Order: sequence, then C-alpha cells, then structure tokens
Amino acid sequence: MQATVRVRRFNPEQPGAQPRFEEFALEVPQNTTVLDALIKIREDTDGTFGVRCSCRASICGSCAMRVNGQAKLACKTKIIDVASNGQPVIVEPMGNMPVIKDLITDMTIFWDKVRQVEPYLQPEGPEPQGEYIASNESMNHLVGVMNCIMCGACVSDCTSLAVDKNFIAPAALAKAYRFVADPRDGAKKRRLGMLNEYGGVWDCTRCMYCIEVCPKGVAPMDRIMKMRDLAMQHGYNNTAGARHTESFARSVKSDGLLNETRLAIDSTGLLNIPGQLAQVPIGIKTLMKGKLPNPLGHKIPARKRIKKVFEKVEDGKR
Amino acid sequence: MKYAWWPGCVARGGTPELYTSTVAVLKRLGIEVEEMHDFSCTGAGVLQERNLKLGDALNIRNFAIAEKMGLKEIMTICSTCQGVMGQAHWRVMRDPEYLREINATIAEEGLEYMGGVVVKHLVWILVEEYGVEELKKHFTRNLSCLRVAPFYGCYILRPTNSLGFEKAPARETSLEAVIAATGAEVVDFRGKKACCGLPILLINQENSLKMVAQHTGTAKDLGADAMVTPCPLCHLNLDGYQDKAASKNRPGGQRINLPILHFPQLLGLAMGMGPEELGMPKHIVGTRELAATVRQKATVVNR
Repeated sequence: MQATVRVRRFNPEQPGAQPRFEEFALEVPQNTTVLDALIKIREDTDGTFGVRCSCRASICGSCAMRVNGQAKLACKTKIIDVASNGQPVIVEPMGNMPVIKDLITDMTIFWDKVRQVEPYLQPEGPEPQGEYIASNESMNHLVGVMNCIMCGACVSDCTSLAVDKNFIAPAALAKAYRFVADPRDGAKKRRLGMLNEYGGVWDCTRCMYCIEVCPKGVAPMDRIMKMRDLAMQHGYNNTAGARHTESFARSVKSDGLLNETRLAIDSTGLLNIPGQLAQVPIGIKTLMKGKLPNPLGHKIPARKRIKKVFEKVEDGKR
Repeated sequence: MKYAWWPGCVARGGTPELYTSTVAVLKRLGIEVEEMHDFSCTGAGVLQERNLKLGDALNIRNFAIAEKMGLKEIMTICSTCQGVMGQAHWRVMRDPEYLREINATIAEEGLEYMGGVVVKHLVWILVEEYGVEELKKHFTRNLSCLRVAPFYGCYILRPTNSLGFEKAPARETSLEAVIAATGAEVVDFRGKKACCGLPILLINQENSLKMVAQHTGTAKDLGADAMVTPCPLCHLNLDGYQDKAASKNRPGGQRINLPILHFPQLLGLAMGMGPEELGMPKHIVGTRELAATVRQKATVVNR
C-alpha cells in the first residue's frame, strides 16, 4: 500500500528554525500503524527525525500526537483508517505543550497538573489492622478512570487549556475523581473544595474533545461533571457554575424551557452588583435589536408534566 | 415526509431570527414540518451534568410524543439539541433495561418510547436526504463573492459514538458542503471544530471571550466575510460577545466585525431573500456591509 505522511518538523534548538511540514511517500503493508510509518521514516530516510515511543501496543502512552488534527496514539492508529481517498496523513505534535523536537513534546505541564491534584490516597481515622478493604461495588465504577495511561491526548486537545494555562485540564481532573470517589479516601471534601476553585471543574467548557480523543475510554469530561454535582452536594453552592446549573434546572422544571435572561442574572449572583451591571450593555444591545429574551421566560403547555418527570426522577415522588 | 420540528429554546429566545429564517427557508424548500409545542428543553448538557437520567427522561419523552404522532424524524436546528438528543437516544437504545426505567417516568402521561424515531439536524437532512443538488435548484444567487468560515458547535461533532458519522459520513463536512453549494468559498480553520465558549460565558467570562476572539479573529484574518453556524448557542456568543471579546483580546482592542450567520440565513441569501426577511438586522455584529456585497456582487443564477 502506498501512503503519504505529512509530518510537522521543528527543532527549536536550531537558531531561526520555524515549524514546517515535510512529506514522505512510503510503501507499507495494509496493517501499518502511523507509528510504524514514523519509525520507518526515522530508520530508512532521516535519522534526525524526532518521535517518542516505547511499547508500541497502546500501553505506555508515549506516542500521543495529532493525526489529521486530532490527538491519537500513533501505535493504535492504522494508516488505512486515517488516509481517506489517498490523502496524505497529517501528523503533528500534541497541542497545549511546547515542542522539544518534531513530534516530541515537553509534558511538564501535564505532570505538574497531575501533581496538583494530590494523586494519592489520603485516608483519615485510625489505621486498620490489615489492609484497607473496599467492596467491589464501590470500586468497579473507578476502573474506567484507572485505565488512564497518562498519554496526554486529552490535554493536547483541551479547548479550555488552550486559552487558560491555569485550568487543571482533563487528565488531572479525571485523576482527581479517582480519589474523590474512592471510598478509602478521607480528603474528599477538601479535594472538592480545591476543585471548586478557579481552574477547577467549573472551567471545563464541555466541548467533549477529551472524551473523543481518549484512547482508553476514560471519559474525563464525564468525571468532571460528576465532580460538579458532588461539589454541590458537599455544600459548594456559591459559585457561578453551581448557580448556573441550579437556575437552568429551575426554569426547565417550571416552564419546560430555558429562561436565558434568568440564567444570566442567577449565574452572576443577585447580590453581585458589579457583575449584574457588567451585563447591562449586552442587555441594552439585545433590547435595541428587539430580541432581549422575555425575563418571564417562555412556557410550554405541558409544563406541569415536565415538573412531574423531574419529581419522579429526582425525588422518586409520584 | 413530514418532520417533527423542534426549534429549541434559543431560537425562540435569544436568537429569534433563527426561527423566522428557518420558517422562510423551509417554505421555499417545500420541507413539511410540524412544530413540537409539547417538547421540553433537551437539557443542553447542563441538566445532564446534574442528573443524566433526568436529561434522558426529558428527551425520551420528546421522542415518545413524536412517535405517538406518527412522525419518524425529528428535525433540529441547534447543534446542542442535536447532540444532546442523539446521545440520549444512543444510551437508551443500547440498554433495553434503561429504556424501560426511563419509560416508567413518562408512563403517567400515557407515553412509551418504542425506539422508532431518528433525530436529525436540518443541515444533515439537506446533505443526506434532500440532497445538495436539489438544494441548489432553489438558489437564485451565486455567492462566489463571499468567503465563509464554518463553525459547527461541539455537540454536532463529539462524541462520535452517537452521531452516526460512520453510516453517514457526509454529516462530518455538511457545513462545508452547503457553503460550497451556495458558490461561496469555504474558509477552513482548526477553530471550526472548537468550543465557542458559551457554556462558560457566565462562569469564566474571560476564558469564554478569549475563545470568541480567537475563532472569529482567526477566520477574519484568513479573509472570511462571514461565519456560518448551525448552532444558535454558538451564535449567541460569537455574535453577541464578539465586540467585547475583541476589545479585551485583540491588539489595540480592534473590532473584528465578522458577521455570524445562522445556517438557514446563508441558504436564504442564496435563494435571493433580503436581509430583513432573514432577520439579519437583529444581529449584534452589523450585517449591512455583507448584505450590500451580496446585493451588488452576487451573480444571478440562470436556470
């Protein structure tokens, strides 16, 4: 099979070097992975080509990179699956991290964030005589998170991290969940308090990139959403994020639809006068355009039935 | 076929011009719809973060209503509605026990979902059912004078497990296909698949505005005359907050001035409709210059 691989090359140590693309045409077997092709390039064509890998079996997490614009493990991606209509396969280093050379990125930011969430058990109370025993049921739901191989794919494509380096980002947040939800951990409330701050669970945009690119099905965003709910259950209700969720649920429960104006006011916080005033200009703009959503909201005829669905699911009431 | 049309909350709230332009365009295309007045909000991913089952119950209730009315396809005009409804459908259909559980929450209303409904965004309906060639027959203007950047909205792109891209690959590039059909040049950029920032607008506005400035600014710098989106939530942010985003993030606070079109508005322009009919004067970023370009430079299509 003929394959064309377009690789982003960059050596920041070379004075005046700029990132550039280089194209390689290869003859490879049908089952070739992107990593096989890259290694072939390094061995047969250009020994200076920088690519990081180890296990070649999607266990070690060393070869995450962007293939056709999306983070993937190169060893888990077959050329034939990504070379649509003979188009060149575009291979770039991960995003959100500085390039060391070619496809090799500096993952310091990744590890710093993992350390930030204190990724170890912090039990409380007296030590048990033997082991800390946890039931299967209490641990089974954590298996998915523990599958994380720390490859960095989710961090590479995280859209919140792209605009704010303070965001803890998906991998470390998923790791945080692994301890927040572990029955043996005693620091749950303190952890949730930390994660409730700026840079934590509420700064996720829910873009779902991390769910999409994770090669191990960790679904970091789903864990982040769980922690939002847990934070609220543990009394961390006085954040814009918590008020946003509550206001959203309140309007759908009473009207069947979202009340956008109410959502803006509630999320900002009724007593947050500067915040409310900051919303006035956009309010006036939309009013002048004749499209400020009615503050009283819209109501669907069947809204009482919606309320019943809420009660049945949320409260178990009839 | 008659579609069960779910306009969503925002098309009747913050972006009423999406609603009116959709009605106008559907009429021209001869697509028959019945508006679903008894549907509820899909939860937009926000209710789901609090209680996934609740979100699923509301969506399954919507599906059951359409099914009971004998309608086979639900048409959405919002990427978020599309994605959230699609995910709910995917979850219940792969787990009959879960579907039974959900059905129990809507049984009192005399509803039960049997699984016979498909949810499709209008842009998908056009590329995979209606057909781009058929669509072109309704265009009276060639918009080759315009360069248009697509902006999808997260929910119509991810997660792919519930979006059916494998069976219907045209969905993945539906927006580009429709832009190209109007004769306009597609301005491609990585940001077309990113987040518009709206979900955190009220939570971390600084980050949200950075996203708006980055995407609209990049498209503008690449020479786009307009951006088009199938998601009214993206529109709220990219249009409503573009000036504020630019003032905080662009060098010298320079305005970006990139008109953001709802997807049906682009179709309407190609059909020869005027900006008023399409609700364009309701946009926050001015569309007058864009409308003038179309009026003066778009060539008439001879058929």
